[in-house]
Amino acid sequence: MANIISDETMEYVGILAKLELSDAEKEAAKRDMGRMLDYIDKLNELDTSGVEPMSHVFPVSNVFREDVVENGDEHEKMLVNAPKVKDGMYQVPKTVE
Amino acid sequence: MSKQYETVIGLEVHVELATKTKIFCSCSTEFGGAPNTHTCPVCTGMPGSLPVLNKKVVEYAMAVGLATNCQITRHCKFDRKNYFYPDNPQNYQISQLYAPICRNGYVEIETENGSKKIGIHEIHMEEDAGKLIHDEWEDCSLVDYNRSGVPLIEIVSEPDMRSAEEVIAYLDKLRLIIQYLGASDCKLQEGSMRADVNLSVREVGAKEFGTRTEMKNLNSFKAIGRAIEGERARQIELLEEGKQVIQETRRWDDNKEASHAMRSKEDAQDYRYFPEPDLVPVDISEEWIEEVRSRQPELRTEKLIRYKEEFDIPEYDAKILTSSKQMADLFEAATALCGKPKKVSNWLMVETMRLLKENGQEPEDLKFSPEHLAKLVELADAGTINSTVAKEVFEHIFYEDIDPEAYVEEKGLKTVNDEGALRETIERVIAANPQSVADYKGGKEKALGFLVGQTMKEMKGKANPAMVNQILKELL
Amino acid sequence: MEWMEMTAAELGKKIRAGELTAVDAAKAALEKIKEKDEELNCFVTVDEEDALARAARVQEKIESGELTGPLAGVPVAVKDNICTEGVLTTCSSKILYNFKPTYSAEAALRLEQAGMVMIGKTNMDEFAMGSTTETSFFGPTRNPWNTEHVPGGSSGGSCAAVAAGECSCALGSDTGGSIRQPSSFCGVTGLKPTYGTVSRYGLIAYGSSLDQIGPIARDVTDCALLLEAIASHDKKDSTSIARESYDFTSALKDDVKGMRIGIPRDYFGDGLDPEVAAAVRGAAEALKDRGAVVEEFDLSLVDYAIPAYYVIASAEASSNLARFDGVKYGYRAEEYEGLHNMYKKSRSEGFGEEVKRRIMLGSFVLSSGYYDAYYLKALRTKALIRQAFDRAFEKYDVILGPAAPTTAPKLGESLSDPLKMYLGDIYTISANLAGLPGICLPCGTDSQGLPIGLQLLGDCFQENKIIQAAYTYECVRGRFPLAGQQQ
Repeated sequence: MANIISDETMEYVGILAKLELSDAEKEAAKRDMGRMLDYIDKLNELDTSGVEPMSHVFPVSNVFREDVVENGDEHEKMLVNAPKVKDGMYQVPKTVE
Repeated sequence: MSKQYETVIGLEVHVELATKTKIFCSCSTEFGGAPNTHTCPVCTGMPGSLPVLNKKVVEYAMAVGLATNCQITRHCKFDRKNYFYPDNPQNYQISQLYAPICRNGYVEIETENGSKKIGIHEIHMEEDAGKLIHDEWEDCSLVDYNRSGVPLIEIVSEPDMRSAEEVIAYLDKLRLIIQYLGASDCKLQEGSMRADVNLSVREVGAKEFGTRTEMKNLNSFKAIGRAIEGERARQIELLEEGKQVIQETRRWDDNKEASHAMRSKEDAQDYRYFPEPDLVPVDISEEWIEEVRSRQPELRTEKLIRYKEEFDIPEYDAKILTSSKQMADLFEAATALCGKPKKVSNWLMVETMRLLKENGQEPEDLKFSPEHLAKLVELADAGTINSTVAKEVFEHIFYEDIDPEAYVEEKGLKTVNDEGALRETIERVIAANPQSVADYKGGKEKALGFLVGQTMKEMKGKANPAMVNQILKELL
Repeated sequence: MEWMEMTAAELGKKIRAGELTAVDAAKAALEKIKEKDEELNCFVTVDEEDALARAARVQEKIESGELTGPLAGVPVAVKDNICTEGVLTTCSSKILYNFKPTYSAEAALRLEQAGMVMIGKTNMDEFAMGSTTETSFFGPTRNPWNTEHVPGGSSGGSCAAVAAGECSCALGSDTGGSIRQPSSFCGVTGLKPTYGTVSRYGLIAYGSSLDQIGPIARDVTDCALLLEAIASHDKKDSTSIARESYDFTSALKDDVKGMRIGIPRDYFGDGLDPEVAAAVRGAAEALKDRGAVVEEFDLSLVDYAIPAYYVIASAEASSNLARFDGVKYGYRAEEYEGLHNMYKKSRSEGFGEEVKRRIMLGSFVLSSGYYDAYYLKALRTKALIRQAFDRAFEKYDVILGPAAPTTAPKLGESLSDPLKMYLGDIYTISANLAGLPGICLPCGTDSQGLPIGLQLLGDCFQENKIIQAAYTYECVRGRFPLAGQQQ
């Protein structure tokens, strides 16, 4: 395997993706990601110099809304799926020390 | 301290745009609703929801860009900025990194050291986050997404400022431009304008910049001034001790007048920007730019010149009148109604400024209507009320926006011009104050003033002072 | 013929003729589900009471003349990543185990407007990530042709349900082949429209720049009818395209005279099962016999589509799936210490292995220092792939090939080696990268009796060409049986 994924990298990716893996899962994930990256490295065979990266397949632009209020108060509907609610708000663990 | 240091400052200014709806959904941006009452699947990050761009946001951003001498990006795009935080419902913010709408502009500021150009690196459009409320009782936080998705522009300056004075002059300049454009009310306290300060220090004469820190949570011009002084001192102290400044984000606590680093192990500051696949690019044509340019309202500099020329207002006064859009609008509207620019200006310059100061308010807080001010000017000018009464009426206009005509009528404050009534009162005053009469006749001019005062008192302030004088002299 | 053996068009006709009611049709579908779904597990949610109530309302409107369309009263199933107001929408994930959207996807609303009766939500690979429907939190779906085998994925539940006669037709979604590959494995007809043809509003995103909702049905006619019902220009989806025409049924013509059909040589290399190759070539011959001009050509870049796809799709997924955090909806871990631990635990417990694998890969390829090397490289590759198709469509009206290298593998064979599973998408993935429409329809069975799929790709907005070619082939082929039905 050309791409060796370190424990530090896994840790870092875990922070970015907000995922916490068990040790066994971590080993498997390191191996899988290394293999995938080896495979992805195949793209380096292609000469893409001068090629514009294509994020949208069609050259569509300027799709707008007019600045008109259409939505009313639906907060009860919005909150219905929330795991924890208090005083009409979404409850989360405290965000300040 | 042996070495001389120079402070290098760049600003990231966030401005909430004055659109009716949010940037990507048609929820209202109105302030002050009950929590989560201005939300929908889009601005709460519900699965499957998709953003659609508010055209007005693009036009406001272009207007600000044009007014700050920026180049408008012809093919501009949105990107996703990825980070987890509860006020950010999708856990990514739609913003612009690779092709922001405006670039390479500048504004000119005036300080005691003369005028200076401050470069604007870029202006980009993005969405605001929700609000977190900390619940001390249950030791948790609560999220209100009413502000989530409110449109913002972020104005990123070049590191061209060297002092708190320049920073405040720059912010003031931006605030005025944006207010005049009607793109935002730019209230620092209410958060519709927010500034993050990037600051570094270096030895005078050094070519390279020092390591910078970013300071957040600055809610007033005063806090900005204090934070700049505090951070400058902190960095110099580190360098003097032979330590290094760490590139980090710090949070200013204005009560403690100190800052602390906002670092945490879970905060990687790696935002993984990539092109937003749910939004298509914005192509801005020359015609569109011209259309926005042609709709630009008169900005402050132009207004200043016009006030001097059209209304013959002195420079100093014109500066104060145009120091806020609210004040200038009031001035122009009232002047248009009564045709007396100098009188209107006088009310704004003297009484209005005095009352604002007394109440610790800003010109943006002015609430009274130009119609009422114009009527007051006319009432006073026609002699319907005298100047003492006028001042009293103005206070009621300032606080309650009363109609002066109706008020004067109702309270019976009209100046008394009825010669018979005046003569009767004055005769009584003369009879009651023989000593003063004797003094006056003995050559003491002052005694006349006393008698006028007594008459005014009897007439509850409503007498026409010129007539009182005349009749008094005649009777004596 | 039993009601559920009929195509949607046939059933719709009978309902319009008053030979049966929408309620009868819904009952027939629900009956089949009861009979078969315990074993097949095509559905995550079957909403019997609501479905019958909906059917009754539709029947009233049919009788009053308010609903006159060809699909009015026909039962339909919807993939569980398409939001349906008030009906559980889970993406076959624990993290959305209790999520009832307060809004419906535009495509689901359009089914309703056509008078179709939604009978339930179908099983899928978790968040559409997988090619077997085995990554579902609610257990795998089994292939009705042989329950030891997978139905393919990620729209495995929809395809298996149609193949088993549990519903007349269904909606699926296709990000890298998720409609076409399971259609191939289940012997049904599935169409992935040109990107932007069906609104993505309410489709729970996997790879936003690649995702499209499309029809899955018994035959080409049903696919065209269903596509006509769901395709629209939707102002709620900025990437939705205002097409010149939304007429797809006029392409249902038995005629390919002079149609230029290209077969990429690159699609017939190593790894393609000889039985699949023979069946697909047989289909090409049939079209040639009907007057098409068929020739082989080199498409090129085929091997680069999969790596480019996995970079782009994983990157977008890592961001799209960030919103599942235990704050606004879905699963939140029972115990946690502080905010970030709540995030990590909820997500680690709520997502399955394959989803986590792709989120991590996506986070990595976008992270500081790797963006250019991986993400931009993949977007440049995508541009080259699109150019290769542009060149091909200068010469050909339709590109013909297999939909998958093999027929349906056995349960459990694929997941042990993710990379191998990814390689199974080799023929379908480039259509997503280039935004092209593609249709898959059965063209035979292998020696084990498992269906083989034929894939036809068209240029952007040229659905009608592939529909016409597919319809013509279907006329030659004849009616393809349901699973377990005599041929």
